[in-house]
Amino acid sequence: MEKKNITIYVKVWRQEDANTKGRFQTYTVEDVNPDMSFLEMLDVLNENLIKNDDIPIEFDNDCREGICGMCGVVINGTAHGPKSGTTTCEVRMRQFKDGQTILVEPWRARPFPVIKDLVVDRTAFDRIMSKGGYISVRTGGVPEARSILVPKENADQAMDMAACIGCGACVAACPNASAALFVGAKVSHLGLLPQGRPEAKRRVDRMVVQMDEEGFGACSNHGECEAVCPKEISITAIARMRREFLKAAVG
Amino acid sequence: MRFSMSLFSSIGKKLFMGLSGLMLSGFIVVHLLGNLALLNPDRDPFNKYAHFLTHGLGNAIYVAEFLLAAIFIIHIVYAVAVTWGNWMARPVGYAKVTNAGGTSRKSIASTTMIYGGVLIAIFTVMHLYHFKFGEVIMYTTKDGQQIRDLYAVVYQFFGNIWNTVFYIVVMLILGFHLSHGVWSAFQSLGLNGRRFTPFIQGFGYVFAVIMGVGFIGLPFYIYFLTGGAQ
Ligand code: HEM
Ligand code: FES
Repeated sequence: MEKKNITIYVKVWRQEDANTKGRFQTYTVEDVNPDMSFLEMLDVLNENLIKNDDIPIEFDNDCREGICGMCGVVINGTAHGPKSGTTTCEVRMRQFKDGQTILVEPWRARPFPVIKDLVVDRTAFDRIMSKGGYISVRTGGVPEARSILVPKENADQAMDMAACIGCGACVAACPNASAALFVGAKVSHLGLLPQGRPEAKRRVDRMVVQMDEEGFGACSNHGECEAVCPKEISITAIARMRREFLKAAVG
Repeated sequence: MRFSMSLFSSIGKKLFMGLSGLMLSGFIVVHLLGNLALLNPDRDPFNKYAHFLTHGLGNAIYVAEFLLAAIFIIHIVYAVAVTWGNWMARPVGYAKVTNAGGTSRKSIASTTMIYGGVLIAIFTVMHLYHFKFGEVIMYTTKDGQQIRDLYAVVYQFFGNIWNTVFYIVVMLILGFHLSHGVWSAFQSLGLNGRRFTPFIQGFGYVFAVIMGVGFIGLPFYIYFLTGGAQ
């Protein structure tokens, strides 16, 4: 059956640059195919704006298939939109009603300043990563399977943690703008595997210091991060980071 | 990082909050048990217990009081520091916030910890003023001891409806504080597990309800069932 096209009102944050005050502006997008993605709807809106000699709405995106972590915005008050376990680029217009107004805001956090419209500067995450989100030595090619034993449970958990795409939704959704889930995922991912152990203490120490220096809030254990995470990373990551941090602090 | 510095990191601060919060939780359990003696129509057991605490322990009571005050102050100082930092982390707020639901533990309790906490702090000062530093009525127990009749002070105090309502409201808030606080403290200490976390969340709720109902029960009982001052 042919689906009926819908009309959508987009109330979106417009901000010229980091130093200008922003404001919301509402646009009408007619004839939206419900099978379009949310970002395609923004593309259509931008084409209309360009035709009318207006400045298009700036938003980040790259892969449009939920793996690069570029596309995060807050849709109707929820990071990455209403559906759990998905990124903004995976939001489909059939999730909205004909004539609905959709509120679109950028991530809000002091360490994530708005660059333009919906685009924020997330290099704070890169600076945290540069403090230890890696293993310093080249681990070479695939080793003989039994040379380093990894318990199945650790391998599974490490994979769950490695699923983090660094999109920043955890920070955006946290009432405290805390980056605990992001850093927790990185610390856990590497800390659960033997190759990551030698640098575990140094890693957690330096990454936490950088996280604090960037101005992220502390974790109050609300758990909103876990609920919006497109990769559904659990807050057990945060507890693990805390354990690693305490171990590093006392030892 | 130096060990001393790590205590002031975002994780270290929450470690102190969690530890101090759990110690305060332990204290209120003992406090509630002591209060049970107020349900006894005979005033001697409660008054003797109070007398034992203030006069029967020698200098140990001063040490205990000092430690309790220190724990309380640590909890408050870190609470204010942590909350202030959290507010500073988001200078421009959202036009709309929708709770994510699902596995989130965000609740009215979890988002109002600082407000409830400040109320509890103010309450605590008043509470000490009402009872510990309140009126001293001396009387003679059945076995001839001359001690303070704190029992009478409590019953007089809760003969007043406004005192009763105020205490009930604050104890309700304490229950809320604990409904998020208890499991949160364990998570802050890094104690999380597939079996442990659901358990401690359930335990936290039950604990919060027992503490809330327990502390509300006493003023409620005195005002509504005994009519206060006797
Ligand atoms: C009998 C009194 C109190 C008890 C039993 C208690 C207990 C707790 C517990 C167990 C926690 C969890 C700690 C954690 O998440 O790591 C907590 C958190 C908290 N408490 Fe208290 N508390 C009390 C009084 C206060 C007071 C007087 C304040 C004052 C300002 C306060 C403010 C807070 C705040 C703001 C948090 C949340 C910290 C965060 O955002 O992570 N509490 N409390
Ligand atoms: S655009 Fe890559 S995750 Fe959305």
